[in-house]
Amino acid sequence: MKRQTIAPLLVLLGLGLPAAAAAQGKSCLDCHVQLEDELKAPATAFSQDVHGQFGLGCQDCHGGNPASDDVDKAKDKTFKGVPKRDRIPEFCGGCHADAAKMRGFNPSLRIDQLDQYWTSRHGQRLKAGDTKVAVCTDCHGVHGIQTAKFPKSMTFPWNIPQTCGRCHADQTLMASYNLPAGQLEDYKASVHARALVEKKDLSAPTCNDCHGNHGAFPPEAGSVGGVCRQCHPSAGELFAKSPHKKAFVEIEAGECEACHGNHKIDRPTNALIGSAEGSACVQCHEPGSKGLAAAAELRTLLDAFESGTAAAENLLNLADRKGVEVSEVRFKLQDVHTTLVSAKNLTHGLDVGELRITIGDGEKALAEVDLAGQSALAEARSRLRGLIVATFCLVLVAIALAFKVRRLKTAKNGPQR
Amino acid sequence: MADKRLGRSLGKFFDERFLLSDLSAFAKKKTVPEHKHSFWYFFGGISLFLVGLQIATGLLLLLHYVPSIDGAHESIQVIMSQVKFGWLIRSVHSWSANILIGVLFVHMFSTYFLKAYRKPRELTWMSGFFLLILFMAFGFSGYLLPWNELSYFATRVGTDIAGSLPLIGGWLKELILGGPDVSQATLSRFFWFHVAVLPVVALAVIGVHIVLVQTLGMSKPIGIKETKDVPFFPDFIYKDALGWTLILVLIGVVCVFLPWEVGTKADPLAPTPLGIKPEWYFTFMFTTLKLIPAHVLSIEGEQLAILGFLAGGLFWLLVPFLDRRAAREKRSPAFTWVGVFVAAYIVVMTVITYAVKKL
Repeated sequence: MKRQTIAPLLVLLGLGLPAAAAAQGKSCLDCHVQLEDELKAPATAFSQDVHGQFGLGCQDCHGGNPASDDVDKAKDKTFKGVPKRDRIPEFCGGCHADAAKMRGFNPSLRIDQLDQYWTSRHGQRLKAGDTKVAVCTDCHGVHGIQTAKFPKSMTFPWNIPQTCGRCHADQTLMASYNLPAGQLEDYKASVHARALVEKKDLSAPTCNDCHGNHGAFPPEAGSVGGVCRQCHPSAGELFAKSPHKKAFVEIEAGECEACHGNHKIDRPTNALIGSAEGSACVQCHEPGSKGLAAAAELRTLLDAFESGTAAAENLLNLADRKGVEVSEVRFKLQDVHTTLVSAKNLTHGLDVGELRITIGDGEKALAEVDLAGQSALAEARSRLRGLIVATFCLVLVAIALAFKVRRLKTAKNGPQR
Repeated sequence: MADKRLGRSLGKFFDERFLLSDLSAFAKKKTVPEHKHSFWYFFGGISLFLVGLQIATGLLLLLHYVPSIDGAHESIQVIMSQVKFGWLIRSVHSWSANILIGVLFVHMFSTYFLKAYRKPRELTWMSGFFLLILFMAFGFSGYLLPWNELSYFATRVGTDIAGSLPLIGGWLKELILGGPDVSQATLSRFFWFHVAVLPVVALAVIGVHIVLVQTLGMSKPIGIKETKDVPFFPDFIYKDALGWTLILVLIGVVCVFLPWEVGTKADPLAPTPLGIKPEWYFTFMFTTLKLIPAHVLSIEGEQLAILGFLAGGLFWLLVPFLDRRAAREKRSPAFTWVGVFVAAYIVVMTVITYAVKKL
């Protein structure tokens, strides 16, 4: 009897569900979630969307009346539908460029993205009628938009190369703009990508750190130095005082780029300078020139210091393997490494005298490390000698005891035959 | 002539006060049974020798060790690199501590399998079992003292296990740590426990154990008929000394080729390193806790395992009273198989800890 009463009630409740959802103002999601493919995608993705987390609903961007469960009534005169691609920046900018609207959600968020976008190469081409260029949704996603602080977001630092690469690594697309498409692969091979992706160092630069984000534009030869100096100010200052500065301006060479490259920036080694083939210096300096001789001298000084540092490190490793505690000396070696980094950086200033002074200081510290390393090895040898002597004595004692035990046994049992 | 007279007078002086002639008479009279299993008797003497090494090296380490979180690791570095023979003293202390635990396990299992715990040696067995527990506590408390990364996180893991005990877990964990986490309070407590409480208790229990061994003598295994008695002094002592000398050679070799490492200073803010595990002699319990399902018959797995170990420990302690057949000088294969199972379990779980990378 009871079951008979409950069953129709459950049916009624089930039928009443869309109406209840409409009353709560989410009829868009309830209908779209029952649709298929591209019509269903917005409803499923929106649960992860930052706008949803701030309490915004479909109608806040697309208009319409989600309180109505009738499709025609829901799509009332305020309904905007899907914006055309060339209208997307304005569509998003409707809120994101409006300080009064943004204040209610995130007052610290910048509101100049739209203005910046119009200054970017993307924005300029969009204005000129090219709808293939990136708009907001290409980099941020559509209905599953997440903040740049969220590691799975398309705009989180270590996801940015892939986000930009979706277009910039597309050879067909890039060919239509007469642009190369190898930047992503080049970047992946760079020291910056290794720091960002392998070491998870979020301070390492990704695409937008050099090109800008909403106002993305390739840096001109004259501004490359400024871009790199954001992270490498000391190298920039030294370069600015060097004779190279004037020369680079004259030949319109990109300051840092001329020697280090752009997207595929390798870990700089001593091989980058000097008169040998493969160095950056031979690109401009003639064989036998004064510049190349100075480069060769810099290289000789650095090579000698670097090999001395490596030898000292090997010495400490050897002592460590032999069981001698050398962690304190390693602190000193760390100072030597720091001096080596400073010395390498000094090459940007091309001042051989200053480099000699720095390396001279480093070599004093290196000599201390070497001495400590040698003394650690001597300690290891002395320990081994001590062990041999002690073991010899103990084995003699053991043999004597064994004989004594045997003699006692023989004395008790009588001589064995 | 005058020297001899003085010697005799001094001898008499001490004899009257320390009853040395009685002791000497006892030593001359004392014998040890000799049979095909006599070899296992030596592990007791080796344990005692290693305890002596622990005390001697521990006292020397106290001269330089600083029991504070800002100075502990640094003082160990100084001991290892600057103190004359500091590296040797610390390495002997650490290596002989580990060898001691191993030797104690061997001593305990040999005693178990020879059923040497049977009447009237129940208390000898129980005091020996307490000594194993005490030396494991020595190991646990001493492991934290260098305040390095491994010891810090292993202590955290170990005290978390204590914290999961039913009813008293939370209270016990806070008592051990001296607060909610491993901190200066923990280091102070562990130091106090390691150098003050445990030595006093251990020396007292060792005293009881030795008195019992000396007064009751060594047990003859069940069923061994062909035995002869050899004098304890000097025959047995010479053999013991031979064992000590060989152990000393072994310790010297490992200390020179594998000095005990200092490790990286503990950083309480750093994430727990992967694959952190306690000292090897705790790994059979640690791996059991890792492998046991989260719930067994609606009981929390970890709690069940801990209760299992407590029950097992109680069984092990009371085995002289449970093995009634051995008490009547009859073979007790059931207890032998229990011992085989326990030994195999400890070995297998320890091997799994080191052989299986992702537990």
